[in-house]
Amino acid sequence: MSRQILGPFNRVEGDLEVSLESEAGRVTAAWVNSPMYRGFEQILVGKAPSDALVMVPRICGICSVSQSVAAAAALADASGARMPPNGERAVNLMLATENLADHLTHFYLFFMPDFAREAYAGQPWFDDIAARFKAVRGAATAEALAARARFFRIMGLLAGKWPHTLSIHAGGSARAVGPTERVRLLSMVREFRAWLERHLFGDRLEAVTAIDSLEALWAWADTAGPAASDLGRFLQLCRALDLGALGQAPGVPRYLSHGNYPVDGVPGFARGVWDADAAAVTPFDAADVAEDIAHAWLAGSATARHPLEGQTHPDADKADAYSWCKAPRWRGHTVQCGALSRQVVDGHPLARDLVMQGGGNVMSRVIGRLLEIARVVPLMEQWLRALAPGEPFHVPTTLPDEACGTGLVEAARGALGHWLVVRRGRIHNYQIIAPTTWNFSPRDASGVPGALEQALVDTPVGAGDTMPVAVQHVVRSFDPCMVCTVH
Amino acid sequence: MNVLWLQSGGCGGCTMSLLCAETPDLMAMLADAGIDFLWHPSLSEASGAEAVELLSACASGARPLDVLCVEGALLRGPHGSGRFHMLAGTGRPMIEWVRELAGRATHTVAVGTCAAYGGVSAAGANLTDACGLQYDGDASGGLLGAEYRSGSGLPVINVAGCPTHPDWVIETLLALALGEFGAEAMDALGRPRFYADHLVHHGCSRNEFYEFKASAEKPSDLGCMMEHMGCKGTQAHADCNLRPWNGMGSCTSGGYPCISCTEPGFEEPGHPFAETPKVGGIPIGLPTDMPKAWFVALAALSKSATPKRVRVNATADHAVIAPVNRKTGLK
Repeated sequence: MSRQILGPFNRVEGDLEVSLESEAGRVTAAWVNSPMYRGFEQILVGKAPSDALVMVPRICGICSVSQSVAAAAALADASGARMPPNGERAVNLMLATENLADHLTHFYLFFMPDFAREAYAGQPWFDDIAARFKAVRGAATAEALAARARFFRIMGLLAGKWPHTLSIHAGGSARAVGPTERVRLLSMVREFRAWLERHLFGDRLEAVTAIDSLEALWAWADTAGPAASDLGRFLQLCRALDLGALGQAPGVPRYLSHGNYPVDGVPGFARGVWDADAAAVTPFDAADVAEDIAHAWLAGSATARHPLEGQTHPDADKADAYSWCKAPRWRGHTVQCGALSRQVVDGHPLARDLVMQGGGNVMSRVIGRLLEIARVVPLMEQWLRALAPGEPFHVPTTLPDEACGTGLVEAARGALGHWLVVRRGRIHNYQIIAPTTWNFSPRDASGVPGALEQALVDTPVGAGDTMPVAVQHVVRSFDPCMVCTVH
Repeated sequence: MNVLWLQSGGCGGCTMSLLCAETPDLMAMLADAGIDFLWHPSLSEASGAEAVELLSACASGARPLDVLCVEGALLRGPHGSGRFHMLAGTGRPMIEWVRELAGRATHTVAVGTCAAYGGVSAAGANLTDACGLQYDGDASGGLLGAEYRSGSGLPVINVAGCPTHPDWVIETLLALALGEFGAEAMDALGRPRFYADHLVHHGCSRNEFYEFKASAEKPSDLGCMMEHMGCKGTQAHADCNLRPWNGMGSCTSGGYPCISCTEPGFEEPGHPFAETPKVGGIPIGLPTDMPKAWFVALAALSKSATPKRVRVNATADHAVIAPVNRKTGLK
């Protein structure tokens, strides 16, 4: 048995260290450490509740809008506010822009460059993949960065800037859209659609979302061949490297989604927990969530607490602790979240088939993200068409001096929850569970590992390999956001 | 010119902002200027031991280091140990790495307000003892100390902003690569003057409302946000309204007040961000170079002269009254 510590893990957002135990060329146990702590939950205490809208986006520069939307939702819950239809759609547009840009950044900048590593030189597909995806120098890097920057003009117009936009409020958006602006926004979405259809998918978005099974996906890949699109290239790698068998976590068959993109209060993507063993969705109730700090460098109660009663007090010297990350659990279970979970809970047939055949794995997580890009762009077009210039985008709200609120949203990486307690008009408690807190959780008091800790078990590692590439595929397939994890 | 980019107590937002640069090919543009990222956490292939080896070579001086960029605050806690941020895989606090590398770098650049002054990471009771590279809020010092000078003889260059604008970073790096960035290019707080010699107020799309003190009263109103909504655009140093964000935006055009994110201490204004503190109905934070009595007199006069169009539109979310067409006699 050998043990090694891997880090720094770059091309993830924030800081990550992974410890592995391995035997006979396979990982037998993993420990995931988030080695940085900033303390937003303490920073917020005592502040005016509206100041959360300024502070929380700064938890994360890659999903700052998601944090804003969660804070606005918690404030709305606490005040009984409801956004007007324009406000709801404008916020959906901002959140969708960020989520899709995140998926794009992940695929082109964070994930695919690992297949252009020297470790794969000599593979029949290597030259094509390296030319396209090599870190910094690959042709796709320049193309994807430019497409991303153009896509973010939506945020320039609709929100002033990204990241750290402040136009999202409990009562809607602070930036109303005029008639010609609506047309310009639509043209920006269509420009992005054209880029995706030309480069990422090599096909109409509607044709991609119509793929309803793993079998149909392979048939689609065979029709055009790998060189016709970046999705085709990825599917070629899935076959060559059996990525559908890599990074499974059979002990974590539960897929969580808070639901996203409400229209008239009803989420466009459903809320719930998909249990792959039972092949059924269980309704999600935020009362079923608790955070355990047994192995986190945090002092306090040994029993897991619901976030409304949660506490965050750093203790860097705590015995048996190995991460700043808490261990959130749903009904006591480890769950996984992300685009795949969202699509599975929402019932997309391809996502369901991927999970039923191979569980959460490197291939299904990446496909989940790409499928979501294809599904959300047409929704953006619908929301834009439905905007009614001249009608309100924001309604004033009043927060009572004593209140509690829960804000649940889906960031690109999965379920994000904010829990707010207001006393005497000031923030009394503010607790956050980010997607990567679920996925990169350490062990809980019962010793049950988090989702990535389980997904890494059985991953092949070469003797003397200081940074096994398969481990990198598994870790990055979750698209971790460590600055959110520990906030 | 090689650049080593590290991230510590921040959100990664300045990197994400950099990647929004309005150029068709950011990497090629930097390469063309002779700028080469030795290592960048979001972009580089090298991971784990490979990356540590590279950092060690720079720290020991075996590999020359032209520019050290640091994004995020430096976390000195708990108790000065730096253990709130250990550089993964090295067993060493990030502040030790940064001290060593800054001692070798020809130039040291703080990317964003966290790295410059502490920023949001230092807010509240500052439990993590976060500070900037050479400032702790507006006090000179920080991690490296007030006396620190990089190999070029310059103090830390503070490309402040939360996040910082992509062009502010690119143009600073380009000027360094051309050898055209000296002490005279920095303001009193170490910021590049090319953007810090402006005020956010310059070019603000709400300037007509400002002229007449026709004020917004709630989010989504079109009026000037200085009087009621906490806007600090007349005092904050940056060219946000002259240089678009994400192709066409700025905070004020996006419907929210300037929170002066390029200034030290912006994270703790002493009042709710979206409210203007006032004494006797007069905002405390008046334009820095305007005598208070003059401001009050002019504001009273301009309010009394406000056209109906401007007054009505100020509290609406779209222009309710358009400017009239009238022959002006202009030639």
